[in-house]
Amino acid sequence: MYNMTNVLGILFANSHEEFIPELSSKRTMASIPFGGRFRLIDFQLSNMVNSGMSRVGIITKSNYQSLIDHIGSARQWDLARNDGGLTILPPYGQINSGLYTGKLQALRGSLGYLQKYPCDYVILSDCNFVDNVDYSDLTEAHIESGADITCLTVDGDFSAIDTADSIVFETGTSGRVKQTIINRAQAGKFTMSMNALILKKQLLIDLIKDLVPKGKLDFGRDILQAMVSELDIRTFAYNGYYSKITDLESYYRANMELLDADIIEKLVQKKRPVYTKVRDDAPSKYGLESAVTNSLIADGCIILGRVENCIIFRGVTVGKGAYVKNCILMQDTIIGEDTEVSNIITDKEVKIGDQLCISSAEGSPLYIAKKRVL
Amino acid sequence: MYNKKECVAMLLAGGQGSRLYALTKNVAKPAVPYGGKYRIIDFPLSNCVNSGIDTVGVLTQYQPLVLNDYIGNGQAWNLDRIHGGVHILPPYQSNSGAQWYEGTANAIYQNLSFIERYDPEYVVILSGDHIYKMDYSKMLQFHKEKNAVCTIAVIEVELSEASRFGIMSTDETDAITKFVEKPKEPESTLASMGIYIFSYPTLKKYLTENELDATATKDFGKNVIPSMLANKERMYAYRFQGYWKDVGTIDSLWEANMDLLSPNIPIDLYDPTWKIFSNNDSRAPQFIGKNAKIQNSMVTTGCVIDGSVDCSLISGGVTIEEGAIVTDSILMPGATVKRGAVVEYAIVGESSVIQAGAHIGARPESYENKSEWGIAVVGHNISISSGTIVAPKQIISADI
Repeated sequence: MYNMTNVLGILFANSHEEFIPELSSKRTMASIPFGGRFRLIDFQLSNMVNSGMSRVGIITKSNYQSLIDHIGSARQWDLARNDGGLTILPPYGQINSGLYTGKLQALRGSLGYLQKYPCDYVILSDCNFVDNVDYSDLTEAHIESGADITCLTVDGDFSAIDTADSIVFETGTSGRVKQTIINRAQAGKFTMSMNALILKKQLLIDLIKDLVPKGKLDFGRDILQAMVSELDIRTFAYNGYYSKITDLESYYRANMELLDADIIEKLVQKKRPVYTKVRDDAPSKYGLESAVTNSLIADGCIILGRVENCIIFRGVTVGKGAYVKNCILMQDTIIGEDTEVSNIITDKEVKIGDQLCISSAEGSPLYIAKKRVL
Repeated sequence: MYNKKECVAMLLAGGQGSRLYALTKNVAKPAVPYGGKYRIIDFPLSNCVNSGIDTVGVLTQYQPLVLNDYIGNGQAWNLDRIHGGVHILPPYQSNSGAQWYEGTANAIYQNLSFIERYDPEYVVILSGDHIYKMDYSKMLQFHKEKNAVCTIAVIEVELSEASRFGIMSTDETDAITKFVEKPKEPESTLASMGIYIFSYPTLKKYLTENELDATATKDFGKNVIPSMLANKERMYAYRFQGYWKDVGTIDSLWEANMDLLSPNIPIDLYDPTWKIFSNNDSRAPQFIGKNAKIQNSMVTTGCVIDGSVDCSLISGGVTIEEGAIVTDSILMPGATVKRGAVVEYAIVGESSVIQAGAHIGARPESYENKSEWGIAVVGHNISISSGTIVAPKQIISADI
């Protein structure tokens, strides 16, 4: 087994958030709540920790207060370590130099961090996939093949929406990537990037130092696509459960997919759990007249009404006589008595009063912003 | 290093809890699960932290493995401190020999050197036997105002119950005039809660004297408190009002759990100003399946429920399959109730499996002779085979 402490992790907290402005206007992509008690970053962070990695840097760009609050001391992910652990890497630069625009530019701002630890390899990942990846498999495959860069991919039959915000690879018989297509926006069978890859740390540093001064800032376009003949780029297929968050609809679907005990077991495995911030809520309480079916419910909730096909986060109250169907209710949402809601997503601390009726068409959920009172 | 603490807590967690039978076979009583996601010790530990006491010695002796693992470095209770924090104190070997803890007073005596590292003015003695929320800082304030050397927390109990407790008589200033352990004919209804605050020099003096007296039992209630009273020390009763429940027997453990489902919640676990902390697992939220029916119950993280649950406490990671029925029961962490099994008026221990069609416990209504009825108990890590019937009051401590 490869010693995974030799692999440094870098997570990009803000990538892809422009596609889901509703949920990311006040937070990073990484800190979007997901699956009743998690945030998106929990999956990639837990993957890294469960793979044996002990040093992870999170590159942030904007709106990262919620992320910092969520991470805290990183102890919940077992990343409160003396030698590395978790490091948040906010934008770094001269006053007025502006925010970075590409990943390579962001990585240049974190060169000091990259060089600090004696790790030979780096895994870079975004936070828009929900999965349970063992990065030691990726690492071993990468070392064995001798590739310069190995990208984690998934083979499948994708819609145009799936491939609109993604990279797809075409590989030759040797297993080496022949062509990289960015934002294909076309339906079909593809090998799609899961936005995670591994390479030697020194190669990454060399690429940054070479490309950034030339104004080449985009990892996908300027390396994975442009350098496909100079570098040995390969793919490594992931076979487990995953979902990809591209917009509000796919976010809703990905949550709803969890209403299947088999899928939860694949995603939040006993051997490879998904760690998250602890809130010390009491267990959830079901009232005398509650009726709950096919739902995922976190701790600290008080459910007095009827709940069907819902994802309910911590500390939610569903009043007496209320009927909640096909909804995602984030932390501390309150649904008043005798109120009926269906196909809605409430952000944190939304209050919906008594005897109201709010619904949206199936499949296109209505989003209610944080702290709204209706 | 500056280590001084005004007040140090010592939590007696070494008791066997023999009246919990199979539930304490491999587990110390304070580590017995309670209320879905807690263990009994979460209550005194959380009370300490919420009262501003950040130095706690936990005295262990009987089956400490689960307890040690659960407490860890104390982080779950914010007790992983640079100065102070939680410390597990097992019996140890010294140059005068090795000695088990013989009674509550002896356990504290053997750890005087731990207490002295913090040079405290006051020591709070606690036990891991009760469910309650109490601000020890208010009791300490009372102790100081009365200029007492010993303050004992007391609670009003029914006269009919009084002979089960240590009973205090007090004067109009709440000074303790008399203390009788389990009196046959109680003179008062003020029961000791087993929570003591001592001014440290006095505690040390009496523990040392008690230790030298070969005839004395090494126990607070039986010996230390009576001899302090005999010497007319300044001892006061601190009246506590609120929920306080012993969980030392099968019946009281079951009742204390059921109290959480009472509509006028006698103990509020949802109060953000007095959180009860516990060592949380990383598990998915509870999954309530298509066939589930849940009413008047508490359920926590990691459960998969597709059966029918009424009036029950369901701990983390419990599985209740389709067609299974659980009513008026407590399922401890990781228990499984298979298809078609029935669990009523029962406690099912950690990681135990009730196979399909088994029937645990029965409703009291069906028993004319109430003495034949009681809560059925399945211990920890036990498998009850398919179709087996476990009668009420039965205690199962091995696979059947």
